[in-house]
Amino acid sequence: MALGQTESWGSRVGLILAMAGNAVGLGNFLRFPVQAVNNGGGAFIIPYLVCFLLMGIPLLWVEWSMGRFGGRSNNHSTPFILDSMTKKAFWKYFGVFGIFTNIAVASYYCYIESWTMSYVWHSIIGTFDGMSQTQVAQFFSKYVDIDKSLTGIPYEAVVFYVLCLLLNTFILSRGLAGVERAAKIGIPLLLVFGSFLAIRGLTLGASGASAEVPNASAWDGLNFLWTPQYSSLSDPKVWLAAAGQIFFTLSVGMGTIHCYAAYVKSKDDVALNAVSAGFTNEFVEVVLGSSIVIPIAAGYLGLDWVKENAGFGMAFQTMPFLFEKWGPILSTVAGVMWFGLLFFAGITSSLAMGTPWMGFMRDEFGWGRLKGAWSFGAIVLALGLPTVIFYEHGVFDEYDYWAGTVSLVVFALAESILFAWVFGIDKGWRELLSGSDLKVPNIYKFIIKYVTPLMLLLVFLGAVFTPLGNDWTAAFVSLFSGEGWQLDHASIIKTITNAGLHEQLVAATDPTEVARLEDRRFYTNAARLLLTTTFAALAGLVYLAARKRSSPSNQTNHE
Amino acid sequence: MNSDALGLLLVTQLTVIAITVYFFYRVLTTPSRPEPDSYTDNDQ
Repeated sequence: MALGQTESWGSRVGLILAMAGNAVGLGNFLRFPVQAVNNGGGAFIIPYLVCFLLMGIPLLWVEWSMGRFGGRSNNHSTPFILDSMTKKAFWKYFGVFGIFTNIAVASYYCYIESWTMSYVWHSIIGTFDGMSQTQVAQFFSKYVDIDKSLTGIPYEAVVFYVLCLLLNTFILSRGLAGVERAAKIGIPLLLVFGSFLAIRGLTLGASGASAEVPNASAWDGLNFLWTPQYSSLSDPKVWLAAAGQIFFTLSVGMGTIHCYAAYVKSKDDVALNAVSAGFTNEFVEVVLGSSIVIPIAAGYLGLDWVKENAGFGMAFQTMPFLFEKWGPILSTVAGVMWFGLLFFAGITSSLAMGTPWMGFMRDEFGWGRLKGAWSFGAIVLALGLPTVIFYEHGVFDEYDYWAGTVSLVVFALAESILFAWVFGIDKGWRELLSGSDLKVPNIYKFIIKYVTPLMLLLVFLGAVFTPLGNDWTAAFVSLFSGEGWQLDHASIIKTITNAGLHEQLVAATDPTEVARLEDRRFYTNAARLLLTTTFAALAGLVYLAARKRSSPSNQTNHE
Repeated sequence: MNSDALGLLLVTQLTVIAITVYFFYRVLTTPSRPEPDSYTDNDQ
């Protein structure tokens, strides 16, 4: 179908920045330092970098190669990219993950992105001026409780969410040129903002100590983050956390990399492009991400507070309070930079999430950019509104768990097996090296075939059978002493059965608490039903597209 | 900062910065492929 060939990247640097923007997200600044704090501080970086070399880079090469290979037959989304690599028809239904994940993740990711937009606005108008730490934290709780208006704008959270979606949809409607332009503006600004805040974090020292926290020091935060604790290297939990972090930070297993790479011609490089985008992400995560939240929070609130409270919420519930300590002008500048960089990190990722759907509908049903972009916006709005309205009932968390965590691992495991074992490592290796500007070490042929799928399998099994308290050592001791394997409520098996909720319900005696938990169970199951229906609908579209392709008049279009 | 932490911070961050800069240098200095390539900015 000639429609697929009308889009192309403007420049190689633009493509790499768009790919880097796809990978760089809120997790680079919020998830990475928290994972490090919770997994042995400095020791975390060692398994993290090992996993980057053994799982991250190979997966980037696999996805870039698969995307470019599929693009040769005018396929720009994973169902038919996977289909082009094998004769087995069922693989294209695995490819549905590459559209489903993006739509489902975008629906709640855009909500977080809209918080950053809103917080930029609130930083500029001085909403946080003079607020105590508790008031800043309460501001966030009230913000996500959509019934309460903080600024006179009714349903403010919904308004910003819709604005954010409209902006995404508008940029997507400009096609790859719009995505590339957003990356060319967003990534350099993100680097400037991040560098400013990182320098501040690295030079804060003990100057933030106060009468309430006299021992507060940014050095303590940095010491904790970077002092190697080699004993934790023998803990499987640390390795699984490192593998998980590498996996999520690179945006692999989503289908976005395939889609972007599908617009690269086979004589052009993918190997060097992939590592350039991957290392840009690592720069943002390891250099900038580790130098902002933890040292600044430890510099004002002390290391003990950080250890107890390290989490995603710090970005919105704590940072505006800490910036206030820098004086009226600098606090505004820091607020705009912090939430601005989170916004750019978010939007360059959410734009990537729109492209697989648009590519699929264009390739298979001839939809133009405008129709593709607005339909994406409409679907995301319909799926996303429940996460906004029922945020406090756990709908958001449910989307994040199934679409933003489990689906990614399942798809990445499937594609790594497809690439190395079904498509064949020899063919895959030739595809990777075609047009390459980089001499890829031969050891990676072995790594892609054996090590990466094995690591992904371990990450997957680790999520399915997470032991009680995530204590793997105790779980293995228990298993080998004949006392069985006790699952944690966070394991996939226990999550599917709502074991944690049931346990809470059995223990609850207060009628209000019982009603709250029953509500939560209802919304949890409703969210799962919505996600399952979405997946089934997308699989139905893939089925229709496959039938359409098999009709005699269409058979030449994708050859 | 203690010397162990400072050492690991410097080694890790400088390594990541150096490799990122090296790859970008390679991207920027590699000559474009003859047309038609994947990028419209090179088009005549």
